[in-house]
Amino acid sequence: MHEEIIHTDSTPKEKQNYVMLDLGSTPAYGWPAFKQVAKRAVSGELFVGLWITLKEMVKTLFMGGKHTTMYPFEKMPISPRYRAIHNMLRLLESGHYRCIGCGLCEKICISNCIAMETRYDENQRKEVSEYTINFGRCIYCGYCAEVCPELAIVHGGRYETASEQRASFSLFDDMLTPIDMLKQQQEFAGFGSVTPNADAAIKKTPLAY
Amino acid sequence: MDALVVGTIIKIVLVLLIVSALAGFGTYIERKVLAFMQRRLGPAHVGPFGLLQIAADGIKLFTKEDIIPQHANKFIFSLAPVITAATAFIALSAVPLFPTFVIPESLPLIGGAIVPSIIADVNIGVLFVLGMMAAGLYGPLLAGMAQANKWGILGSARTAVQFLSYEVVTGLSVLAPIMVVGSLSLLDFNNAQTGGVSSWLIWQQPIAFILFLVAGFAETNRTPFNLLEHEAEIVSGYVTEYSGLRWGMFFIGEYANMFTIGILAAVIFCGGYGDIGFIPGWLALLLKVTFFFFLMLWVRASWPHIRPDQLMWLCWKVLMPLAVINIVITGIVVMI
Repeated sequence: MHEEIIHTDSTPKEKQNYVMLDLGSTPAYGWPAFKQVAKRAVSGELFVGLWITLKEMVKTLFMGGKHTTMYPFEKMPISPRYRAIHNMLRLLESGHYRCIGCGLCEKICISNCIAMETRYDENQRKEVSEYTINFGRCIYCGYCAEVCPELAIVHGGRYETASEQRASFSLFDDMLTPIDMLKQQQEFAGFGSVTPNADAAIKKTPLAY
Repeated sequence: MDALVVGTIIKIVLVLLIVSALAGFGTYIERKVLAFMQRRLGPAHVGPFGLLQIAADGIKLFTKEDIIPQHANKFIFSLAPVITAATAFIALSAVPLFPTFVIPESLPLIGGAIVPSIIADVNIGVLFVLGMMAAGLYGPLLAGMAQANKWGILGSARTAVQFLSYEVVTGLSVLAPIMVVGSLSLLDFNNAQTGGVSSWLIWQQPIAFILFLVAGFAETNRTPFNLLEHEAEIVSGYVTEYSGLRWGMFFIGEYANMFTIGILAAVIFCGGYGDIGFIPGWLALLLKVTFFFFLMLWVRASWPHIRPDQLMWLCWKVLMPLAVINIVITGIVVMI
């Protein structure tokens, strides 16, 4: 039994209760070694292993215990905090895009992948004429979404970014919520928000082994 | 032509076709069973339940480039897989598979042919089968040494170690049942146990049965003794440099050997193709072989590999003395 009290600062910490397994000593030769072999040979530990795998097989086959997600056909819900391809959001009232062309995201982008051009429209409001994100450079740090005063640019959940062309996801209109999908537009759930299936995914820590 | 000759030829063709097809099917079953035991799905995309995975694998193996390493001994390198596959099938020629039956006269050409239960009923059946399977180990041995690869050398060194260890146990464990039955022919073994489950030799020779199974696992190079191509230790051992069809032949040989060991265990110890109650003999044999095949996969999913020195220790210091004691006791009982 090792029972050490470790002092990291002046106040004594609570004693750790480490338990050493009693494995016994390893007999090297002769009668004790033979006894150990004989004991292990008839103790049936090997059959415990066989029983466990058979149980798992029955569980997998008949009790829905498969752990495989058929990935391209089934997808796990991802965290709302996940940072994948950006979404440009619209105002719910007017349907106009939220971006006010302030240029903060372009300024803060540490990999210089956001390029935007703005101009004044006929109402003397800022209008975004060009907005692209070079996803070959983007490191998905999330600064652009964090700095945006209008919650106009957020990270979405599109993580399957293989495409034939570099420009596939990167134009403003590709990232903007389609006008007919306005009702389904998702707000950024906020920092610290949890995965939709968080409750279901919670498991007991397997301390038994 | 003689009805028996036609029947024998039919049987040869059937065994060749069915066993080599079963070898492919065996890989599918193995992957499925292992997957289920590890809560996975196994092959699931090609065909219904992934059944056509066998065809996909076959196409892959056939169309792969045939690579022979530059410094390899080309002749032995190409000969080795043939040895493994051929000996596995030759061993099957002296194994009784199903009860003898006569093809109905109504069929054209082959009607009336007598299909024997065994292709060649040699009077030293057990010795022949075990000898052929042992000769099959020349495949890995030569393959490992011919391929100019250090992993291969290690693999063939381990082949020699494994061969020297288990072969004694196989021979000695089968000796006791041979003494009880008094014949080396596998047909006599089968006929000695036709009296239902209680007449099986496994009840008289339980130790010999366990020893035979353990040695059989070593012989077919299955998991607790899978030293020859232990992926975690020596990359792929004797098949490191093999690809395509040559690699496939090693595995057809290995799976054919698994079936042979399953059939041998069923015929020598578990009543062969004798009827069990309402279950006809051929189905009984199939069920037994299926069980032994499943046992090999089950063990692979459950138990860890052992080291070569542990294999030698097990075979020489534990199993061989047990086998000898078993023979002595059997001999005394038989004499009395």
